This record gives sequence, structure tokens and C-alpha cells, in this order.
Amino acid sequence: MNLSDSKKKLALAGVICGVVAACLAWFGNPANMAFCIACFIRDTAGALGLHSAETVQYARPEIIGLVLGAFIISVATKEYRSTAGSSPMVRFVLGMILAIGSLVFLGCPLRMIIRMSAGDLNAWVALIGFILGVGTGVFALKKGFSLGRAHLTNRVSGGILPALMLGVLILALGTSLLKSSTSGPGSMHAPILLSLAGGLIFGAVAQKSRMCFAGSIRDVILMRNFDLLTIIGGFFVVMLIFNIATGRFVPAFDTPGVIAHSEHLWNILGMYAVGFAAVLAGGCPLRQLILAGQGSSDSAVTVLGMFAGAAAAHNFGLAASGTALDTETQELVAGTVPMNGKVAVILCIIVCFVIAFMNKRSEGK
Amino acid sequence: MREVDARGLSCPEPLMLTEEALKKGNDPVRVLVTEPHQKMNVEKFAKDHGRKTTSTETEDGFAVVIE
Repeated sequence: MNLSDSKKKLALAGVICGVVAACLAWFGNPANMAFCIACFIRDTAGALGLHSAETVQYARPEIIGLVLGAFIISVATKEYRSTAGSSPMVRFVLGMILAIGSLVFLGCPLRMIIRMSAGDLNAWVALIGFILGVGTGVFALKKGFSLGRAHLTNRVSGGILPALMLGVLILALGTSLLKSSTSGPGSMHAPILLSLAGGLIFGAVAQKSRMCFAGSIRDVILMRNFDLLTIIGGFFVVMLIFNIATGRFVPAFDTPGVIAHSEHLWNILGMYAVGFAAVLAGGCPLRQLILAGQGSSDSAVTVLGMFAGAAAAHNFGLAASGTALDTETQELVAGTVPMNGKVAVILCIIVCFVIAFMNKRSEGK
Repeated sequence: MREVDARGLSCPEPLMLTEEALKKGNDPVRVLVTEPHQKMNVEKFAKDHGRKTTSTETEDGFAVVIE
């Protein structure tokens, strides 16, 4: 089975993932968040007690499913490769940046597309930053950026993250050890088994199609190749139809309750950091989970970095708040990016530049 | 035969190195990669540029010979 050898198959992959995301939104995932890697890693980090923001704690089966889906399909189709050793700690930091930038914007690149398909104009503004970030990463690549070679390693090593994810699933299903929000986004979710099935399907399809939100724009800029962008197109169209059909399409900046804010500069800079870091890490947050599932310990370290970044975002007050309606006064309360978040994003961008221009391919030889 | 050793490199470095090698001439190039999707990417890239490929599995990945 190969989903990446024709544009039709790639579009089909996007459509399948779009249907999965639409189903999960229909069956209870937060409005406009259907399937967000950064948000769901943040929720899972909360469930594990890595942060104590009570409204965003829930072990999201989608994240577990993505890794396990990619693991199962890669083993089944002989694409599993246990590799490690390509600047793991740099990747950890890039993972932190992916999470922090996403939580200042309020969504990973996947959720940015979902928000765009629901008419959230803030996401369209953020797209500018994301494209600029990817463009900066491409510039670094052209200047010889590389994190060095990964090497084949003990077969077990690549299976550790999938095993840990399975462990979290067992804890979520069989014990009351994990935290679970009773209000806020963390309390809103599709039934566990449906979420898990959605994650498994999404993960398997993403593995076979090489779906990557940063890679799609990177390939257009770098090689005028539109293959990966075709997947995003298929995904966007399905979500657009779903949002229009269910009355969720609201073209506006200040829509209360959709977990978004209208601080344009910080939407742009947040996603700039994400686009930049994603190109340096070799893929967007979704792609990191998939690569980790198919055996890359380097991507698994990036995923752990995302967990650390998500925890830091809530422990140190970096994450933005969404625009909401005051239930008593019925007034619109604008979502904001806290000062700590703004400082963090600037630091993230500086760190990206340092990483981008201090890691050259020739130096790694 | 010229050789591009892209083993273990992250995307899109294998393709960038392949593109660089193909620009230098029309003689055959042997590209070494680790991951199956990188093998497919290199094959497709060569095909899109009018070149034929033959791939074999190696001890630690794949060798794609671009004619």
C-alpha cells in the first residue's frame, strides 16, 4: 500500500484524515480543535501531572493512536526502522519551541488549517507567519543546515515511545491515576474508543502518505513540489464542507468560544517560530509523532520536548487565552497573549536562528 | 560512479543532495538512503527529471542508482 505515489492518492489521504477530524469534532472534541497535536499533547501532559492547569488535563487517545497507528502500519509494511543519534538534545529544544509557539498561537499547524476551514481569520493571519517561518528554515537548509546523521540502532529503541504511549492508554482505561478536567477544553472529548480509532487511522494514513504541514510548504518553496500540499488541500476541503454543513463556519476575528485570540503580531510570531522549528526538526508536530512511531528515537526526543514545552507553557504562564463571552455581562472578553508568552516566543525565535546557523552539514562529517 | 551518501539525514536533505549531484552532470549517480520513504522520494525526483532508477536494498537502507 502506497499513498504517496500519485496526487489522487495523496488527496484521498487528506480526505480520510479530514473525515476522521470532522467525526471527532462531531462526537465531542472541542469546537474548532477537532484534532490538534499541540493542544492534545498539552492535555496529555496535564493528565500526567506535568502541569496543573485544571481545564486542560486529559490523556488524549488521539495522540496515543497516532503513534501506535504509525508503529503498527510501519511494522506491517516493513517500513519500521529503529534509528537514533541526530543531535537529540537540539531536537528536544526544537520540540519545546514547537509546543510553546503553538500554544501562543493556540494550535499546531494542523489546527491552524482546521481553524482556517472554520473561517477563523486569525488562523489566516497566522498562516503568514508559518509560511515565513518555513521560508526561513528553507533558507537555512540552503545554507547547509543539518542536524547530522541518524544511525540504525537496537530494534527495541524505536519501540520505546509506542510502548510508553500504550502504557498511558492502559493507565487511562484501567486506573484513576491520570488527571481529567471537569470543565474547559480538557473536559470536551469524543468517546475514548472513537478517539483511539480516529488516532490509529489518522496515524496509519499519515505514515503512508508522509503527511506534513511544514513539509508541504517547504517542498513548494524549495522544489516547486506540490505533492504534500495536495494532502493538506484534501483535508481542508473536507473540514470546510463539514464546518459549513454544521453551521460552524464563522468568518470573523473575534468569535467567542473557539479558543483563539486576535493578537495578530503574536499569532504571526507564534507560528513563525513553529514553521521555522518544524523545518529544522524535519517535520511538523504531527510528522514528529509519526516518525517516532516508525522507529525514530530522534523524533521521539522531539515529542518529549513537545511535552516539556507544553508543560512549561502552562507552568510559567506562556500560553495564550481564547476570546470568550462573559456569561454574566454577555460582553466579549478578548483573548490575550501574556507578557511571559511574548518573551518566550522571541526567545524561541532567537534559539531557532542560533540552531539554524550553528549546525552545518560539513561540520557533522 | 558518483555517490551521494544521504544515509541517516533528515528530509529534505537527501533530495537536496540528489538535486545537487544531478545538476553536475548526466552520468549515473548512486544515492544511499536509510528510510523507505526517502528511497521513494529520490526515485520520484529522478523520474520527474527524466532519469531512470534502479533500487536495491543494502545492509543499512537502500541504494538508488540514477541512470
